[in-house]
Amino acid sequence: MIFRPDHFSAVLLFALFVSTVFGITMRETPARMLRFGIYCFVLFVGSVIAASWLMFLIAR
Amino acid sequence: MATEQKNNAVQPGGFIYLPLIAGWLIPGAGHFLLRKWGRGALLFVSIIGMFVVGILMQGKIYTNGHEILEYLSLAGDLCNGLIYFVCRALGLGAETIRETTADWGSRFIVVAGLLNIIAAVDAHNLRTGRKPA
Repeated sequence: MIFRPDHFSAVLLFALFVSTVFGITMRETPARMLRFGIYCFVLFVGSVIAASWLMFLIAR
Repeated sequence: MATEQKNNAVQPGGFIYLPLIAGWLIPGAGHFLLRKWGRGALLFVSIIGMFVVGILMQGKIYTNGHEILEYLSLAGDLCNGLIYFVCRALGLGAETIRETTADWGSRFIVVAGLLNIIAAVDAHNLRTGRKPA
């Protein structure tokens, strides 16, 4: 079985896994873990979208 | 109050590096040893999931290196603990990177190893009391 995600799906998977671990290991209480995990996920995905638009505009 | 004291107490005695070593060998095992079942399960699912996705994307498992980046990738792969050796024994993972997704897969496997080390160190910090439980 071979899994071939598109670029954005791979980014979403990467951000999900990494944000989960960051949230658990970088904060002390469950509520703060959840908040930090969501914060990391949004930053990962948001920075990818911003970089993608930047590259799109540079390429034009 | 009594529950809070119980949760914050560092377990006396025993081998202090056991959660660190167990956490390296099996993702989340360090937290399981400290009875942090929820955190351990989430770490296990995240790290194993990332590793498996990397394998399914035909990512390369590094067995040796000829240049600095390959040595660093090998070090990252070794951080995965037992699953790295199991996958090598079973012959899983690609020997060469032939397509773009395989390159991403290789990075997924390396990052899974690095996350595993972060999780193991977190378990060690919980065990020593450096991080509140």
